[in-house]
Amino acid sequence: MSATDIMIKAEKLTMRYGDYTVMESLDFQVRRGEVKVIMGGSGCGKSTLLKHLIGLERAAAGNIYYGGQVFDPDSKDSDVMRRQFGVLFQGGALWSSMSVAENVALPLEEYTDLKPAEIREIVEFKLSLVGLGGFGHRFPSELSGGMRKRAGLARAIALDPEILFFDEPSAGLDPLSSRRLDDLILELRDALGATVVVVTHELASIFAIADRALFLDAETKRALCDGNPNDLIDDMNVDPKVRHFLKRGETDEKSM
Amino acid sequence: MLVLVFSNSWTLEAERPNVVDLLHAEMEKQRFDCLRFEVDQLDRWDTALLIFVRSVCVWLEDAKVNYQFGDLPSGVQNMIQLSQAVPELKHRKAVKPSGFLSHIGDDAVDAYYGLDNYFSFIGQLVVDLFQFLRGKAQIRWQDFLYLLQSTGPKALMIVSLLSFLTGLIIAFIGVIQLQKFAADIYVADLVGLAVTRELGAVMVGVIMAGRTGAAFAAQIGSMQVNEEVDALTSFGISPMQFLVVPRVIALVLMMPLLCACADFVGILGGMVVAVAISDVSMVQYFNQVEAAVGLNDLLAGIFKSAIFGSIIAVAGCYRGLNCGRDATAVGQAATSAVVTSITWIVIADAIFAVSFHLLGI
Repeated sequence: MSATDIMIKAEKLTMRYGDYTVMESLDFQVRRGEVKVIMGGSGCGKSTLLKHLIGLERAAAGNIYYGGQVFDPDSKDSDVMRRQFGVLFQGGALWSSMSVAENVALPLEEYTDLKPAEIREIVEFKLSLVGLGGFGHRFPSELSGGMRKRAGLARAIALDPEILFFDEPSAGLDPLSSRRLDDLILELRDALGATVVVVTHELASIFAIADRALFLDAETKRALCDGNPNDLIDDMNVDPKVRHFLKRGETDEKSM
Repeated sequence: MLVLVFSNSWTLEAERPNVVDLLHAEMEKQRFDCLRFEVDQLDRWDTALLIFVRSVCVWLEDAKVNYQFGDLPSGVQNMIQLSQAVPELKHRKAVKPSGFLSHIGDDAVDAYYGLDNYFSFIGQLVVDLFQFLRGKAQIRWQDFLYLLQSTGPKALMIVSLLSFLTGLIIAFIGVIQLQKFAADIYVADLVGLAVTRELGAVMVGVIMAGRTGAAFAAQIGSMQVNEEVDALTSFGISPMQFLVVPRVIALVLMMPLLCACADFVGILGGMVVAVAISDVSMVQYFNQVEAAVGLNDLLAGIFKSAIFGSIIAVAGCYRGLNCGRDATAVGQAATSAVVTSITWIVIADAIFAVSFHLLGI
């Protein structure tokens, strides 16, 4: 595997809140074009890891690399790197003072020299991609939870990002909407050729979308495994905790 | 072996005996090494019975006495077992009782970091204000115009009303005193100077702190709760440039205009009283104001209001951006934004009073 195939690399990444250590010395890689799921029980630091990856939190130790370049959230060129990111936050995090269309348009207005008419066209196209064509004039408060997420996704893909981050995409969605969002993630990955990082604990999603899954364990403060969930579930060399998690606690006594 | 028999109804409404006294008394009488629960014509029971049994169990475990559930209803037994089944938190945070000195130490460290945080906020703001002046800031002009509208014209009514009443009150107090010396006309000097130099700016400052400073803190604070600020950062859009700079500039531009208006309306309020309860005419009043109030006085007040505007906007935005992640934190942010801005307005006003005196303005 050549170095250019690796999109994201974390090296000895340690995350802390004050005195409390969330994860100790994490090492992992995300290949170009793959869907990487970060999974683990509640409170294990999945979302914290995502915040580190997109530069909202500062690492206590270690480094994160994007395409071989160190990502330092405080440096000047970090903004250029951030522009390759598309992030879908848990609740959508739409800017509530703007309409849906304005939300999607803002990154385009800030970073491109397109004419307003062209921006309008792009916004309408991105909204129709997520099934929200014609909803542009609505305000976030007038949308349902699922629609807000899809609108957030339209905003995340506004700049055709190279890497898409999802924080708990299925949280608070009914099984069907959640399934549709998973399908959308895969379709967008194929269409944009993007690398996708998803934080979730939803087993159905994990099996449906993950190329590789990273399991974070709150007790040892380490990543226990990194591989395709369908292989992990039957692999006896994998830590029993991971199989326990993937089987929803229904592991038989022998394998424990 | 001791047998504890429950009968009749055990509900939360009914009175229940004190477990500890009861068991102590029994223990005094005769040491027992096992206790059995039994029921005899127990008709109704609810949580009351459960907590009673549970506290008996806890007491018995401490006293190292065995117990048997006997013929307690199976619902009771199951629920008691369920409540005992949950394992204690493994990594329960060790809460050390902190002494007085360590408390002071912690506060001092917090204060130091708070100050550090504040200064870096101000520093970044200054840098971004220069970016704005060079036309390089990430600002959405619709937002900026909307902010100008909501901090300026929309505040005009309340500012005018309160300034008018303030002028009226000052004149009222003044006229009554001045009439004793037949010096009614000097009420114009009193109102003119008080309003232009001090009251116009301070009144507008206090009104805008309560109205706009709180709004800034609450808006930005709820954006913080909603991860909207994170969303900005993740697009590489600086919250400082996008949210704080337009608010600071809007308020610094609008406050002097509001202050000028407050000055005028305040003087008008004074005139109403002067004309109504003393024999000063309108023309006399205005001539007297014109003679008493110099351009210096007017500009001093207006200059102060611009500074007050920056204090309010900075306090509101700082509190908003440093807001916690829940609804209570938004309320606290709004409250402390108002308190901080009013405190700093008064302190700044005192500093201005001394320095204007020294400079002879």
